[in-house]
Amino acid sequence: MSDITTLSEAVEELVHDGDTLALEGFTHLIPFAAGHEVIRQGHIELTLVRMTPDLLYDQMIGMGCASGLVFSYGGNPGVGSLHRFRDAIENGWPSALEVEEHSHAGMANRYAASAAGLPMAVMRGYVGTDLMAHTQVEEIECPFTGEKLVAVPALDLDVAIVHAQEADREGNVQLWGIPGVQKEAVLGARRSLVTVERIVERLEPRPGAVVIPGWAVDAVVEAPAGSLPSYSLGITERDNDFYRAWDKLSRDRDEFRAWMDEHVIEGAPA
Amino acid sequence: MATEAPAAATAAEIQTVVAARLLRAARSVFIGVGRPSTAAILARELYNPDLVLVYESGTIGAKPRRIPLSIGDGELAETAEAVVSVPEMFNYWIGPGRIQVAFLGAAQVDRLGNLNSTVIGDYEHPKTRLPGAGGAPEIALGCPEVIVIAPHDARTFVERLDFLTTVAAPSAVITDLGVLEPDPETKEMTLTRLHPGVEVGTVREATGWDLAVADAVTTTEDPSAEELAALRELIAR
Repeated sequence: MSDITTLSEAVEELVHDGDTLALEGFTHLIPFAAGHEVIRQGHIELTLVRMTPDLLYDQMIGMGCASGLVFSYGGNPGVGSLHRFRDAIENGWPSALEVEEHSHAGMANRYAASAAGLPMAVMRGYVGTDLMAHTQVEEIECPFTGEKLVAVPALDLDVAIVHAQEADREGNVQLWGIPGVQKEAVLGARRSLVTVERIVERLEPRPGAVVIPGWAVDAVVEAPAGSLPSYSLGITERDNDFYRAWDKLSRDRDEFRAWMDEHVIEGAPA
Repeated sequence: MATEAPAAATAAEIQTVVAARLLRAARSVFIGVGRPSTAAILARELYNPDLVLVYESGTIGAKPRRIPLSIGDGELAETAEAVVSVPEMFNYWIGPGRIQVAFLGAAQVDRLGNLNSTVIGDYEHPKTRLPGAGGAPEIALGCPEVIVIAPHDARTFVERLDFLTTVAAPSAVITDLGVLEPDPETKEMTLTRLHPGVEVGTVREATGWDLAVADAVTTTEDPSAEELAALRELIAR
């Protein structure tokens, strides 16, 4: 059974400076509330892992939480650039950011390998691209057929944080809609935190849902609307206007910091 | 009072309609957001109601009524035949070639149709950091047919990519000026079709290499009133 606790306690207990940390959610169910708590607790030198850094990692990078980033697509979906991500890579602001990038398939397979407890995953891809020379990938030969394939290393995650629609009082978690790589992230990390929209008496079966038993999760926290401005299917809607507005809010360093101070640092939950 | 005649098609509208027409007989198409998504939704509504739309967020057989802002918008999941995890999407669906056509975009395209979506400038000290590979490299590898959709200018169509993100080997590159297709022998992207009113010289000037031109260049059929009305109505929804 996982601990049902508060966001500040859970982050305090599970996240430490220097950790390799994955906050997952593929466009859907992005754990913004938990990421904001990591920012408020002032964690530094994190290696942030995420397929699509999205606005949340733009905020965490701009607030100086990260010294490393492992990712596969760093854009504001449908809008354009992530300006804090770009400023960190292009100009080292607020501090240098060491980048390791993959393709989506590479990242997905790295998560799957970590969930399986394997050192690597085998796949087709990367060959002929410049990514080969710039990231962790090696050509290998299939011992059965001789086919040339590539191997990518499993992710080595200290902590995974994901958001779901529901948990019951035992801390069993259920999420539905786009499942991303959340299950792989939770099972692949040494410690895990799941924030949920609501705690319910009983999980009702839903088509296509992903269920993670409470005993496979360290902490569960109720965080209503905790994935906004992304969304939790059936409960909250994606705030597309905010995604568009972020393009302007985040361009200027001072304007960005002022926005974060007002809405995240001082906007701390009781 | 007489009804005003609709405005003539813009270059972007022609590009979108040409991309949509290529999906008339397709079984399934893999799409990102932006113009490729608009074209695929249009194709499903106009010519091919059975077309399976696949977004890399994991939604297979999505039936959006509106153009999604992100590949993970709720409407895609709610209308899909199946919603799968990212590892499943790449390992079970894209990798084995189950999705027939892929629409891809990029910041740079070279004369073989290879793509850059990673950096402009040097990798270690980029002038512009672009979003990165996303799904493109393995989508191009897995899908039997790749179609590239890109704006035609000399910054995009370059002699040498700053970074080779995706080996695309496209069957066609659809731009806002015309269509390039690979030469059967050399595989070099060759101008085979011009959109209405576009001159060969204009396309040459907008291409960063000495563009090969097919012996018989055809002209794109103007978007019909029906195509144009459907596209404009879709965008306005």
